[in-house]
Parts: sequence; C-alpha cells; structure tokens
Amino acid sequence: MQTQDALVEIRGLGKHFGEGSTRVNALADFDLDVHAGEVVGLLGPSGSGKSTLLNLVGCILEPTAGVMRLDGQDIWNGEWKRKDLRRLRLEKIGFIFQSHNLLPFLNAWENIAIVRTLLGDPPAAAQRRAHELLDYLKMAHRRDAMPAQLSGGEAQRVAIARALANDSRIILADEPTAALDSERALAVIELLRTAALERQAAVLVVTHDDKIFDRLDKKVHLRDGRLDPNA
Amino acid sequence: MNLSLRDVYQNLGKFLLTCVGVSLLLGVVMGMIAIYRGLVDEALGLARAMKADVWVVEGGTRGPFAEASRMPGDTREGISSLWGVESAGSVLFQNIEIAHRGTTRRLMLIGWEPGRPGGPPTLSEGRPITRSHYEAIADRRAGFAIGEQVIMGRNTFAIVGLVENLVASGGDPVIFTTLRDAQRLQFELEPSAARREQARNAAAAQNTDSINAVLVRLKSNMSPQVFAQDVQRWKRLSAMSQTQQEDVLATSVIERARKQIGLFTSILLIVSMVIIGLIIYTMTIDKKRPIATLKLIGAPDSVIVKLILQQALAMGMIGFITGAILLRLGQDYFPRRLVFETSDAVALFGIVIVICLAGSVIGVRAALKIDPASALSN
Ligand SMILES: Nc1ncnc2c1ncn2[C@@H]1O[C@H](COP(=O)(O)OP(=O)(O)O)[C@@H](O)[C@H]1O
Ligand SMILES: [Mg+2]
Repeated sequence: MQTQDALVEIRGLGKHFGEGSTRVNALADFDLDVHAGEVVGLLGPSGSGKSTLLNLVGCILEPTAGVMRLDGQDIWNGEWKRKDLRRLRLEKIGFIFQSHNLLPFLNAWENIAIVRTLLGDPPAAAQRRAHELLDYLKMAHRRDAMPAQLSGGEAQRVAIARALANDSRIILADEPTAALDSERALAVIELLRTAALERQAAVLVVTHDDKIFDRLDKKVHLRDGRLDPNA
Repeated sequence: MNLSLRDVYQNLGKFLLTCVGVSLLLGVVMGMIAIYRGLVDEALGLARAMKADVWVVEGGTRGPFAEASRMPGDTREGISSLWGVESAGSVLFQNIEIAHRGTTRRLMLIGWEPGRPGGPPTLSEGRPITRSHYEAIADRRAGFAIGEQVIMGRNTFAIVGLVENLVASGGDPVIFTTLRDAQRLQFELEPSAARREQARNAAAAQNTDSINAVLVRLKSNMSPQVFAQDVQRWKRLSAMSQTQQEDVLATSVIERARKQIGLFTSILLIVSMVIIGLIIYTMTIDKKRPIATLKLIGAPDSVIVKLILQQALAMGMIGFITGAILLRLGQDYFPRRLVFETSDAVALFGIVIVICLAGSVIGVRAALKIDPASALSN
C-alpha cells in the first residue's frame, strides 16, 4: 500500500485565521501524501495557502482541523508541546527559504555545523560534517565566508546544506529559487532531487517558478486553500 | 562556537560603546562607595585610634564628636579612682585654623596627657612628645615635616613625629599636643565672641582648665557596660563604651553621607540597568530574524535565552572591570581618600549581575515571543 511509506501524510487538514467576520480559511479539508524520494511542487496564486500548508507540515502552525503524520508519527494529537515540536523540527525537518535566512553572525560552515551542535555533536564532528556537506554542494571554497559575502546562489546552497545537515527526511522549501537566475534555479532543484533520491527524503517545494516545473515529480495546485479542481 | 560572542563581533562597536558607558557609570558608583568607606574610616579611625574602652563625657551629651562636651579638668582624677580602671586620660578636641607658609590650614587639635590614653597611635616617623610644651605630632597630610617649626597661637611648636591617616570626620588632619598646650591654644585661638561667652561662664569654668572627654581603659575583668552605668550615676557625667561611641559617630556624622551617597549610587545603578536593558533589547530586536531562524531549525529556548543573557552579563562584567581599573587609575586625583573594601566589590559585582539579568528581561521576553514562522516571511 502506498501510504505505508508516505513520509508526509495529511488528511482533512484545515487552518483558519481569526474568527467571525475576520475569519480567513487559509487551508481547508486538504489531503496530501509525500513519499520518500519524491519532489512535490506546491503551485497556486498568491494567497492560495501554499505557505500555510508548508508551515503546517513544518510544525510551525497548529492546524484547526484534520490529522497529520510525519514519518509515522501523529502530530497535533494533543500530546505535543512546543518544546517537542522544536525537537522534531531539529531532528526530522530541513527548511529552505527564499531569503536564505542564514545566521548573519556565523560563517558558512558554522551555519551548517550549528545544526549538528544542537543535535549534540561534539564541535569537531559538527565541523567535519559541515565541511562534507559544503564539499558535496561544491561550496568548499566558500567555507569561511560570512553570509553577507555570499552571492544569492551561494547562500542558497549553504541553506540547502544546512537543511541536509540533520539528515532530515522531510525537506520543506518555500520559493527556494525565486531570487535566482534560471541556471542557478535549475542547479538548486537538481540538488533537491538528488537529496530526495540519495537520502530517500520527501521534498515539498512551494514555487511560482515555471523554469523548474518539469523537474518536479508531482505538482499540487492550490486555490483558496483547496486542491484546484481545474488544474 | 559561541553564538553570543559571534554576534558581539558583528556589533562590536555598539557593544564596546555600551561597555564604556556602563564602565563609567560603575566607576562612579565604585568611587562613591569608596568615598563613603573613606568617610567612615576617617570618622571612626580617630575614635578607634584612641583605644579607649569607655568615653566619659559631659552629662546629657553624646560628645565629643557628635555634640559639644565640656567638663572640668579634674574629672579624670575622680574617674581614675573608680574600681576597675586601668588608666584614664583627659582629652581636648578643637578645630583650629593656622597660617603656615602663606596658606591657611584647618586642623583638628587634640590635647592629651602623655603617658595616658588619648595620644597618637603608632608613629610612622619621628619620636613621641617628650617635653611638656611646644612639641607636636601631626598627621602626614597636614603637610608638616619632622623638625619643622609651626606657629600656633602665640607659640612656636616643633613637629617631632608623624602619624598616618588620622583625620577628623570633616577631613581635617589631626595634630597632637600636650593637654596643657592644647588648653592654652584653645583659649588663644577661640574667636573673641566665644571667649567673651566663656568669660561670662567663668563663674562655672573659673579657668581654662576644661576638657572634652576622659578616655578610660579598663582592667580586663571589668565590663565597659557595667562601668559606663556606674559613671552615669554622676549626673554631671555620661559614659559610652567604645562600641556606643562608634555607633554615635556612625549615626550622627556618617548617616547623612550614607543617605546621599546611597541615593546617588542607587540612581546610577538604575541608570546602568536601564542602559543595559535598552541596549540588550535593541540588540535582540535587531536579531529578530536570526532568532526566528534558530527557532525554526529547532534550537530550544535555552539557546536563545543564553544568547541574550551572555551578552548582558558580558556587558556588566566588562563594565565592572573596566570601571574598577579606571577608578584605580584616577584614584590619586580624588579630593578625598578612597577606601576599597573587597566586600563592597563583591556585593557590587553581585548587584551588577542582578542588574544585567533584570535588564535583559524585556529583551528575553521579546525574543521568546518571536514567531519561528516570521523567519519564513519575506
Ligand atoms: N498569520 C496569518 N494571519 C491571518 N491570515 C493569514 C496569516 N497567514 C496567512 N494568512 C492568510 O491565509 C491565506 C493564505 O496565505 P498563504 O498561505 O501565505 O498563501 P500563499 O503562500 O499561497 O501566498 C491568505 O489569505 C493570507 O492572507
Ligand atoms: Mg507564500
């Protein structure tokens, strides 16, 4: 059965903001499975609920309806505390953002190593792992650069390395290529595809970027917080 | 890798500037505490140096430092004969002003009976007074050298010895002469109005043979309290144990200084707290996005709180140490004597730590409220 190896499993998921007349249904009655090795694109117009969905999967937002399982674990069943969710993010989820969000006061390899440090690795091991990842992403020569000195493409690669640093099997990316030219955008999506295959990770990418559409394994179209029936 | 340290490197200018500000504030705080300790030390120093067990003073007064106390010169003989007395000596205190080498100096004149309680403590230079007239021992800060001739009243005194750090609570250096010399000087130097006043009381005083206090040393088996109570039965006399005398000094002479300095110290400490708090808060707000990112990638709150607290504590400690160094360097330019006590430094350090922690509260609260999702918004 396919759902057996779904790393992300969503049933009837809903999220609204506000109440009464100000209520916004950002996401409603949403179903989705993402399997190991898959790169799934979330597409749709602005305000359709893509980021909301990604934040729900990333355990940053709490849903107002439905169930969600990550790597077999039931989330939001009432037993999870904020602290546990942070730990879950640290261990299982890798985030990549449009604005790469590197810590400005750490250099490239330290931005990666901090994830390992938070996971409890001794400093030397964390540094070794960060260097390996930068080698893997062909960024070894920029190891010691501060984020402000990196180009957009370089910074995005460091961010990807950081998302991979916890050996997470769920990788969430919100418009990771929006700020990149097409060559670098393709390179980034290729990296994500490789990561999905080599690590058997589930990759969920929010994108407007038609340059990368044909590299996606599956496209999910949203409109007004629901699956777009016309897509 | 220490996140606080790395972040500080990024904001080094702002951080160091704040440290300098805090160090100046804390330097002033330490200076004021040291001045206060100096005051206490000077005020109590004189009373302590006299090494009395009991001070006998005029009835109904708390003299001779806190109130005027005047007694007939023969009081000491009566006291000496009391049971339990090892030795007793008359002393006279008088604020005087003398002209010396073209300048006017304010001194505290102390007359005592050589060989009896009340004289100068260990001399740092020179010799004790050996003649019954015209020899004096002065505090080094009076500016006299051994052998120097000093005109006081109608006579010239030779400085034969020097003592250290013996000043009146007003800061005036002390000069010792024999009781007889001091009594004559008192009469000669007193303003004419006061002399007329004394002349009117002449019926009571009869002559210039008056003293301010009798210092009593007791035999070891005599309790100062019991002895003081014995003396109190003479209506004309009061008695205070050394501890009581120090308490009186502490309350009457030092209390106001303590209040003023305490007030300024508290204000400066609060200002330091506000400054540290504001800077920590702005530094936290500047770090909103990195903090959201840290939360997003799963860093526990402790990592974020540590990031902020370490910076606040570093500011406080650097400010404290730099302040202490600045004060030590500037110590000699202070008009008053500074006394540094380890216990004060330890207490102030503790207060600074508390201030840093309290000052970071708003910063920490702001940091904990930051939504991890805000790292995602563009
Ligand atoms: N924190 C929030 N509070 C209120 N409304 C929100 C919040 N976040 C998103 N929304 C609303 O939810 C809807 C979906 O937003 P979002 O998921 O960001 O869309 P997308 O990422 O597809 O542009 C929008 O109408 C948006 O205004
Ligand atoms: Mg969005």
